[in-house]
Amino acid sequence: MRPVAVVGIGKTAFGAFADRDLRSLALEAVSKCLADGHAQPSQVEAFYLGNFAGPSFVGQNHLAPYVAAAAGIQGVPATRFEAACASSGAAFFHAVSGVAAGLYDVVLAAGVEKMTSQSTPRVAEILASAGDLSGEIKAGGTFPALFAMIARRHMYEYGTTREQMAAVAVKNHAAGALNPLAHMRKRITMEQALAGKPISDPLTIYDCSLVSDGAAAVLLAPLERAHEFTNKPVRVLGISQTSDCVALDQKDSITTFRAVKTSSEKAYKMAGLRPKDIDLAEVHDCFTIAEIIAIEDLGFCAKGEGGAYTMAGCTGLQGERPVNTSGGLKSKGHPVGATGVGQICDLVIQMRGEAGERQVARAHTGLAQNLGGSGATSVVTILSA
Amino acid sequence: MTPTTDTLGSGTVYTETVVWSPPEAFLNDAPYQLAIVSLEAGGRITARIDGARVAIGDAVDFSEHRDGIPYFRKH
Repeated sequence: MRPVAVVGIGKTAFGAFADRDLRSLALEAVSKCLADGHAQPSQVEAFYLGNFAGPSFVGQNHLAPYVAAAAGIQGVPATRFEAACASSGAAFFHAVSGVAAGLYDVVLAAGVEKMTSQSTPRVAEILASAGDLSGEIKAGGTFPALFAMIARRHMYEYGTTREQMAAVAVKNHAAGALNPLAHMRKRITMEQALAGKPISDPLTIYDCSLVSDGAAAVLLAPLERAHEFTNKPVRVLGISQTSDCVALDQKDSITTFRAVKTSSEKAYKMAGLRPKDIDLAEVHDCFTIAEIIAIEDLGFCAKGEGGAYTMAGCTGLQGERPVNTSGGLKSKGHPVGATGVGQICDLVIQMRGEAGERQVARAHTGLAQNLGGSGATSVVTILSA
Repeated sequence: MTPTTDTLGSGTVYTETVVWSPPEAFLNDAPYQLAIVSLEAGGRITARIDGARVAIGDAVDFSEHRDGIPYFRKH
């Protein structure tokens, strides 16, 4: 396999944009990415688009050629990837695979979601279609409800507290307030987080990520050609995508995500690194409990200690291992199909030293973890500057 | 697991939540309690709780299927 590098990135702001449609968001990210990578659309040999539910959210299908043609990318494979909230993580994984295998040299991986044109109950219903409709969703489950049940069990098994979960939200809002592309650029206090409107006990509105519009794109090339596009290539050292059953009630344990364990073990092995070697991470905080479980499953702290590790400040901007310096899905926003590639962009920004006020001191090695559903898909990527 | 028998028997609450923000189809039901029940017969199932609220570890008994949804009640 050939070494692969990220040689260009492009993101839209994440937010609620009533005047923007899905294609215009995707085009903005792709255009910015090509400009950043000093590449022409005609150089792109394959286009991988992550999108969870365009047909449900906006009615449009056949999205990859729909976006690619508008961007001037024609006559090449253009394919949409759907893996719930890991849709663009999956697109990125397959794009990297194509370059590593030597099928292509220059490829674009992007992600987009346009969510805010639907009402909140309808958004909940569309998102719930990533769960098992024959059981947990039929019974009245929503994604907040599934993660609330995960949180309850984690509290029961490990003594995790509501304050520890709220600390994730406070931390991520503090970082997101410094990110000009974040959806909700405001700090919140522990008191606010704890007093939030109940969504699904024990989760309040402040434990939940945001419903957002947005897009992100990355340009990939073989490492040996990276200099043609950028003087700051970021190498993909390790990457893995793994799966697990969709229904929460079919998993052996709901306080650890088996797919995150298997994908991270494979990615660490490919990279020849261990958890302690990771300088910073973007993890999938769709709910605050998901970040706590992620940092445990990724090996940043012992199992059951994710809450305490967060409360101690270890994952803050000045902590020993900053997590979600972009603000995470909680503050930056979560246009679900854009999230996986967005995480890669956010790591690259830090690793190039371009993160401004939220720049961390050491950003040589970064890890991204993108989760689909309640853990049925996981993509873990390890990058090196 | 799709229930194929009339009764699901008894079980223990593995985890639970009270849903305050429901999907469109259940707007009139909220707030309602959802639980994953570990069945005595083996396996787990996602169900609704009838009557009194339950907590992890509580014993529950199957009460009925309504609209294809299994309901359990505190023992």
